[in-house]
Amino acid sequence: MIELKDVRKSFGSLEVLKGVTLTVQKGEVLSVIGGSGSGKSTMLMCINGLEPIQGGQILVDGIDVHARGTDLNKLRQRIGIVFQQWNAFPHLTVLENVMLAPRKVLGKSKREAEEIAVRQLTHVGLGEKLKVYPSKLSGGQQQRMAIARALAMQPDYMLFDEVTSALDPQLVGEVLDTLKMLSEEGMTMILVTHEIRFARDVSDRVAFFHKGLIHEIGAPEQVIGNPQKPETIEFLKSVL
Amino acid sequence: MLNYTFHWRPALNALPDMLSGALVSLQIAVLSMVIGVVFAVFLALGRQSSNKLFYGFSTGWVELARNTPALFQVYMTYFGLGSFGIQLDSYVALLAGIAFNNAGYLAETFRGGLRAIPHTQTRAARSLGMSAPQAFRLIVLPQMFRIVFYPMSNQMVWALLMTSLGVTVGLNTDLTGVTQDLNVRTFRTFEYFALAAVIYYLLAKLITLSSRLFAWRLFRY
Repeated sequence: MIELKDVRKSFGSLEVLKGVTLTVQKGEVLSVIGGSGSGKSTMLMCINGLEPIQGGQILVDGIDVHARGTDLNKLRQRIGIVFQQWNAFPHLTVLENVMLAPRKVLGKSKREAEEIAVRQLTHVGLGEKLKVYPSKLSGGQQQRMAIARALAMQPDYMLFDEVTSALDPQLVGEVLDTLKMLSEEGMTMILVTHEIRFARDVSDRVAFFHKGLIHEIGAPEQVIGNPQKPETIEFLKSVL
Repeated sequence: MLNYTFHWRPALNALPDMLSGALVSLQIAVLSMVIGVVFAVFLALGRQSSNKLFYGFSTGWVELARNTPALFQVYMTYFGLGSFGIQLDSYVALLAGIAFNNAGYLAETFRGGLRAIPHTQTRAARSLGMSAPQAFRLIVLPQMFRIVFYPMSNQMVWALLMTSLGVTVGLNTDLTGVTQDLNVRTFRTFEYFALAAVIYYLLAKLITLSSRLFAWRLFRY
């Protein structure tokens, strides 16, 4: 379970998160929608401790992410994250990209790590590209590789930060299919996205972010299908 | 007009001695590079460090290495340290001097290389649970070495040529030292040094070509 309690986050004098409170249950798929700069992506970075917070508390399975003694390296093994810019490691082949963390972080043997990597890459449809360098892949393929790389750590939670925003339109589908597959397998996911229809399709709940706060949250039929707040209505009108 | 008769035969007879001297030069160049690269990585980190002591130390090193003659640097490791009672032998002093110079130059090259790698690479590595040193070693360094590879092989050539400064601190086993000994014995200055120059040239070419081959094998992405 991921719990955010009145989380505040600033970059200098700019307050990006103004007291976000949120609970995500195990097995739940939560989509986060909202305009640019509303704090959605920042929230993900705070959940796995890539960004510090200035107030409140974030608990992952009861562990306080931002407490002094928390072993973030250990915690991050359980929280996978995929970025908008997929950040493939260019000097490693697709297989090596996925094998690296299981070997060096989890201490798996080369054979075990390779087995895991091959399984995850086949899972996302890249079984034919193992020996290829990322520069030879399309954006969609690189993004799927990044997903396999995160999954290879066998995380309990997956965070997706606008993973289709930087892709060519014709490549968005293949990545969304991969996300859908994961959600059907029961992965706990927080999905920051601009794909409203997709969010409606896969999510258990949808949260609408506005000016650093969760403005409206609930079932997709409600938040997207029948929004109550004027800001939500306004936003949906502009993107749908 | 030309009042000098060339005598190439004695020079060519001395070729085996000169080649074994060339081997010593190459050895010093390679060792000074290995040591230089290791120190340069730390200096490059120091130049970006917020720790004042680390930053100051690294900056001082880089400034001295880049803005003073290499000859001065070799003198300092031999005569300079000698006057403080630390008497290194010629070989070690030369090696230390060149390694010092290499580290200073390479540090700036490495710093540029590090800046060319997006911060998001480190972020992605950390998000997979890697510690900061792991992310640096496994993700950042290999990419940096690719970026700086050609300037680095330049420095290697430069290191080889700097080994000729050994003669000023009494080294007589390297190529220039051997050549100088032959020269004082025979006064066939032109022949011996011309031959030495050809050997230096060929060694430098060898370094450039082999580094290209190396890069081609190493960086296939």
